[in-house]
Amino acid sequence: MSQFTFPSPPPSPEAEAFRAEIRAFLATELADRAPIDRAQSWNGLDPAFSRRLGERGWLGLTWPKIYGGHERSALERYVLLEELLAAGAPVGAHWIAERQSGPSLLRYGTEAQKAAILPRIAAGECFFCIGMSEPDSGSDLASVRTKAVREGDGWRVNGTKLWTTNATHCHSMILFCRTAPVDREHRHAGTSQFIVDLTLPGITIRPVRNLVGEHHFNEVVFEDVLLPEDALLGREGEGWAQVTGELAYERSGPERFLSSFWLLVELVRALQPAADARAEIALGRLGAQLVTLRRMSRSVAGLLQAGADPALEAAMVKDLGALVEQEIPEVARDLMAEGPPTPQSRAFAEVLAYTTLHAPSFSLRGGTREILRGIIARGLGLR
Amino acid sequence: MTPPEDDAGAMLRETADRLLADLMTPQARARAIGEWPEDLWSALAEVGLPAAILPEAAGGFGVPVDAALSLLTIAGRHALPLPLADTMLAGLALARAGMEVPDGPLAVAQGSAMTLDAAGRTTGHAWGVPWGRHARAVVVLAEGRDGPVLVALPGDALTVEPGTTIAGDPSDAVRFAAVAAPGAPAPFGADELRAAGAATRALMIAGALAEVSAMTVRYAQERRQFGRAIGQFQAVQQNLAVLAGQAASATAAAGLAAEAVAAWGPGMLPAIAAAKVRAGEAAGQGASIAHQVHGAIGFTQEHRLHDFTRRLWAWRDEFGREAQWAQRLGRHLIAAGPDGLWPAITAA
Repeated sequence: MSQFTFPSPPPSPEAEAFRAEIRAFLATELADRAPIDRAQSWNGLDPAFSRRLGERGWLGLTWPKIYGGHERSALERYVLLEELLAAGAPVGAHWIAERQSGPSLLRYGTEAQKAAILPRIAAGECFFCIGMSEPDSGSDLASVRTKAVREGDGWRVNGTKLWTTNATHCHSMILFCRTAPVDREHRHAGTSQFIVDLTLPGITIRPVRNLVGEHHFNEVVFEDVLLPEDALLGREGEGWAQVTGELAYERSGPERFLSSFWLLVELVRALQPAADARAEIALGRLGAQLVTLRRMSRSVAGLLQAGADPALEAAMVKDLGALVEQEIPEVARDLMAEGPPTPQSRAFAEVLAYTTLHAPSFSLRGGTREILRGIIARGLGLR
Repeated sequence: MTPPEDDAGAMLRETADRLLADLMTPQARARAIGEWPEDLWSALAEVGLPAAILPEAAGGFGVPVDAALSLLTIAGRHALPLPLADTMLAGLALARAGMEVPDGPLAVAQGSAMTLDAAGRTTGHAWGVPWGRHARAVVVLAEGRDGPVLVALPGDALTVEPGTTIAGDPSDAVRFAAVAAPGAPAPFGADELRAAGAATRALMIAGALAEVSAMTVRYAQERRQFGRAIGQFQAVQQNLAVLAGQAASATAAAGLAAEAVAAWGPGMLPAIAAAKVRAGEAAGQGASIAHQVHGAIGFTQEHRLHDFTRRLWAWRDEFGREAQWAQRLGRHLIAAGPDGLWPAITAA
């Protein structure tokens, strides 16, 4: 049986010093933001805020300086992310580019690709979306049907991507698609990744509204889209390995347990000045979950920093984190009786409604609960 | 804080793991019920495990406190039916008060109305004292005229009313009337002492739950029904994944607790409260899945699963249940207010 390790998170005095600097910045920067805006967590979109982070040197924090990065530690970046999320900062515009696309480019990109794109991401001027899911391919990513076929010096792409968050606000997509027919023996083979400029002819982006009526998701249709040769990211046919290599980064961060955090803030505000024993116990239970998850998540950050591959530990953080994120609105509604609206209770009610409505997505996005538990079971030697 | 792979802690754990694997045979375990297994305790004492947490001057190895405490995950891993945790806890408390640490098994007693009279004699009673009847000394925090005094009551000066935990381990009520015993002003309060005790339970829960997770996975791979190993059924796999997640959470909580004890002071309370709540929840949820997967055989006395699950249920109760610690933590977080909530979480 494989062992899961959650070593003590490495101490980082620089990161703690950085924390104070971040808190001071956010206190003024976010002072006027309404509770309902803060509750949006990493769905909150504000390109101007992303650019201000870029100006401060807070995007691409760990990347090499030659690509616009700042060569600081992964632990400092962790502190930055958790402080941004806990404060309800609108990080959505750059989130995917900074968390996922940039690191993929650093790992698999050519010199020219890195030089052209990374400095723009680090400046908060270039946003990315993820082109993985399709109408008939959700959890079963290997079943994607979008195809890129070699043509001349480049590629011709046809197919449809779905659930593409923020596609209308993004400059580029990292597209995952087939570049060779399905081989039944090796169904993960024959897939590749491409960097797609979303302004290319043949790309149509249509909004898909979520259950609240908001437009975050999109359908992105590719009709005979011609990609240049250098759009290929990494190696042809290695798409699956490249995509799964990103997952530990995607699944273990503080965004995996802080999505409902602003509701907890509003709950504490609403419980002031005195809370009864039931509220204290309920708050304490949630606090204990968050404190422990934060330690696990920081532990994975330490493993990543040390060059380990904590994919299983990351799956655990995400599975457990989503449970807490979904429990917070249930606990919050249970503790607060309905009464005549006051300005304070109105803010609480708005944030509660927002979080309740978005909670189902917490155990779907980035790997469903069932997929994550399957990954953990495989790690235990059961599959 | 300790570096991720502290050598001292790893060495201690390996030594203890080998020793306990040899010692804790089913026969030894059966013998430990009801009688004091002096030979087992001596074997532990011979390699210095009960004293590992003490400063070198007091007979310890001079390893960091959290590294020494990590021994308790090994105690949990072997469902140890001996008061190693309690002896370490009592030793740590005595050493912090600058007192001599007696040899032999020790216990910390929590109770109410424990007082020290003008002649320095201690009177009071306590209950739920782990292995109280076998303790060479029972450590209590008595209320003296000038504040709390840590007192090491000699075991033979106590009146013991025997009891047991849900796991069958001794858990006794003790009474003491005007007992003259060594004491010193306590450099900490009852809260800190109780928190340190709760931390020892979180550590043992983490070790036991990791073992329960591993043995449950093994069982699911061996037990066949409907023509295949039950671990091949997705419903069982998903439950085992949840069990492993609970075990991992308890491990993280245990690390948090050990570091908080090492940093001893009022600041240790929120971290240990979080750790005891989380480890306690993990114990309950984990034990439940382990029994479900083991089926009827796991419900027999013959099978060793209950050595672990019964202790998980005992340890989650000792030194405060989840609700008690959750209330403390909750009160702390609510008092921090909306602006202080996140800083309180990062400080825990």
